[in-house]
Amino acid sequence: MSVGAPRGLASSGQKLITEILHPLSAAEEPLSPGPDVTISAEKDKEPGLTNGTPVEISSPASASVLLSRLQLDGDPEADAHDPFGSGEPRDLFVTVDDPKKHVSTMETYITYRVSTKTTRIEFDLPEYSVRRRYQDFDWLRIKLEDSQPTHLVPPLPEKFVMKGVVDRFSEEFVGTRMKALDKFLKRVADHPVLSFNPHLNAFLTAKDLNKRQGLALLTKVGESVKNVAGGYKLRARPVEFCAMGEYLDTFSQKLGTIDRIAQRILREQSEYLTELREYGTVYSTWAGSEEQLQRPLEGVAGCVTTSCGALEDLSDNMSQDFLPVLREYILYIESMKNVLRKRDQVQAEYEGRLEAAVLRKQEDRTPIPVEVEKCQDKVECFNADLKADWERWQRNKRQDFKQLLTGMADKNISYYEKSQAAWESLITLLQEKQTEDKTSETN
Amino acid sequence: GLRSAVGKNGNYAAAETTAGHSTSTALLKKMEISVAEADKRTGKNTVNMQETYTVYLIETRPAESVSEEGTPVAPDTLWRRYSEFELLRTYLLVTYPYIIVPPLPEKRAEFVWHKLSADNLDPDFVERRRVGLENFLLRLASHPVLSNDNIFFLFLTEIFYLSYINRKKIFLLFQKADSRLKSLSAMFRVKNPDKRFTALKHYSEDLSTVISQLLRIRAVKNRWGKSVLKTLFFSEWSAIEKEMGDGLQSAGHHMDTYAASIDDILEEEEHYADQLKEYLFYTEAVRSVCRKHELIQYELEMAAQDLSYKKQQKEELETGTVRIFSLKGMTSKLFGQETQEQRESKVSALEQSIQEGEDALKEKNAESQEFVEKAWNDIERFKEQKEKDLREALISYAIMQISMCKKGIQVWSNAKECFNKM
Repeated sequence: MSVGAPRGLASSGQKLITEILHPLSAAEEPLSPGPDVTISAEKDKEPGLTNGTPVEISSPASASVLLSRLQLDGDPEADAHDPFGSGEPRDLFVTVDDPKKHVSTMETYITYRVSTKTTRIEFDLPEYSVRRRYQDFDWLRIKLEDSQPTHLVPPLPEKFVMKGVVDRFSEEFVGTRMKALDKFLKRVADHPVLSFNPHLNAFLTAKDLNKRQGLALLTKVGESVKNVAGGYKLRARPVEFCAMGEYLDTFSQKLGTIDRIAQRILREQSEYLTELREYGTVYSTWAGSEEQLQRPLEGVAGCVTTSCGALEDLSDNMSQDFLPVLREYILYIESMKNVLRKRDQVQAEYEGRLEAAVLRKQEDRTPIPVEVEKCQDKVECFNADLKADWERWQRNKRQDFKQLLTGMADKNISYYEKSQAAWESLITLLQEKQTEDKTSETN
Repeated sequence: GLRSAVGKNGNYAAAETTAGHSTSTALLKKMEISVAEADKRTGKNTVNMQETYTVYLIETRPAESVSEEGTPVAPDTLWRRYSEFELLRTYLLVTYPYIIVPPLPEKRAEFVWHKLSADNLDPDFVERRRVGLENFLLRLASHPVLSNDNIFFLFLTEIFYLSYINRKKIFLLFQKADSRLKSLSAMFRVKNPDKRFTALKHYSEDLSTVISQLLRIRAVKNRWGKSVLKTLFFSEWSAIEKEMGDGLQSAGHHMDTYAASIDDILEEEEHYADQLKEYLFYTEAVRSVCRKHELIQYELEMAAQDLSYKKQQKEELETGTVRIFSLKGMTSKLFGQETQEQRESKVSALEQSIQEGEDALKEKNAESQEFVEKAWNDIERFKEQKEKDLREALISYAIMQISMCKKGIQVWSNAKECFNKM
């Protein structure tokens, strides 16, 4: 891949499939940027945003975001959100933050601020700030799936929560959800194809998201894949897609198991916590009936209480940071399996049509119609898109789980450290008293 | 507390007394004591049935004795079973009612959390009992009063020590004391108990409650705390992930190591539990002393009451007034006065009775004072011992917790390194 003059990546947006070469396609032709991209290369860009020079930015949050992204350029392992690892600078930055509660007569809901900074010409302005609610994210995801069916669209956090069980407006719930929405949007923005989707553009820029207007933006790809005729039976699935399917099945099963184990761990921790609290209380009660031993016993009660607090933090982290990511991946896998199924359908259609056309050719020399060739292209494009996205997904997943596990390790270490510190200070207290007693004895 | 480092190869040291305070007695100065081993025996019991029971080996040896070659001198040994220790304790309870006699380890295993059945022949139980019995003997040996008891000395050294005490006498005494105590607690209330004893009784009840609660909760919480789920967690994960597999395999391995090391620490925690249990059983001994005080106090009050009644009777007879209602008084009013002679003989009998009563009261008073003085002496000693022992126990407990935390940190740090290599 050539480095140097930054350009946007080829979009499968409004072009015919046949005219665009996928960046990772088997053909060894060099990347030929589409016409719109050439224009962007010539146009004056906002200085500093693309070649790593930091720029004055009003809000400090976005400065750090930019800096962190820019610093990671050229380091393929460091940031899994850089899909090609070539150090190609990104030109679209999105953030989800600032949750706010809205109360109307009909309903109460939360909106989030979605901030965008970009140099792309598809956007009229370099900066945007809009407010969106979960429904809007859901709409975006559906639109992306519909219009880019050959790609893996990142998952959203769970839509439905049991009203009695979870407080939808609690800080924890909103915070967890917001983090997941931010992750979702960032992944979409980093995707070489999805980030150019006009629905995303609308989502990021429109003051009022008119969701009904979605249909008009349906892409050609979307149409063609949507209109895949059913009823064809797939002959031979390529090995790599079989492997993908098997992997996804096994993986989702394992994730389910791990989710259940994690929930059992949480339940056990909760029971343990209850007993531990009572344990500490008894030491306090005991202290009340002692004289010399009062302070040591209260010290022990204090240590136990500290441990309880630390354990509570640990459990909260497990349920707020760890489990949601697991569940997100389970949802992700479902949507990925759907894409695989669609791919199968597309291939099946092609095989079916080809077979029919070949038979006709044998009969009456009718040449293979163009539609059949188009089908073939469809299949090849789908396969290529999917393979690229699969690689991306694997990288992201590895990164996510590494982060998850490292985070879990950190939280556990923190729990033990807090507990240890409490007990160590108690020993100092107890041993001080001992030496006090010894000296008073000898005196 | 008192512990001796005993090895199976006979290589042991003298009892370590509680830090700083010298509780070395004449007995300990001249002798090392340990309960070195346990063994099984089978024999016929009192109803002529075969039973299997455990015996414990008591080893004694002159203090700091070394043979010519420099190796420790072989100890004197004898085997005793638990019931024999019980008998010794009963003897001590009866002979020294004002002493808080150290308790025996529990008869049956309670507060178990890691075993479903509390089997007296279970090797872990037997081992803990062995340690408990040794502790019992060392407590006796370091007690300023009990260590001088000859029967105790004979228990350690003479297999047939019982022949030196009248067993029947002991049982009778105990039964008598026991039944009097029972009737006391059931029916009578002491009017003027020593307030210190009342306070002590309440304290020991509180302590008993609190320690029981701790032991119970500990048993429950340890069940939850010893979770193997995390190991399961990591091994499930590593099973599928090729790339992540290696990292997680090692993490799972670290979790296993952690689980194993926690077992060791929980074993140490058992020792803490044993220390608490000893004091739980001590509270019974304390309450027993308080009850004996109440009994003596009651007898004293009864004696005083009896004397005062007799004096009043005499006064009435002499002055002819009837202030105290009595059947004799009523009948004499109804059926005529008694003769001068009759009255004089009654007065004389009463005077004798009063003298006897005064002697009895003096005796009871002296008994009571002696009891209170001796008891309170031992109670002060016990308080100091308790405070030192429990503080040490708490320190050990804290050290244990720190050790667990350190292991936890190490395990998770190692795991984190594995994750970082993913």
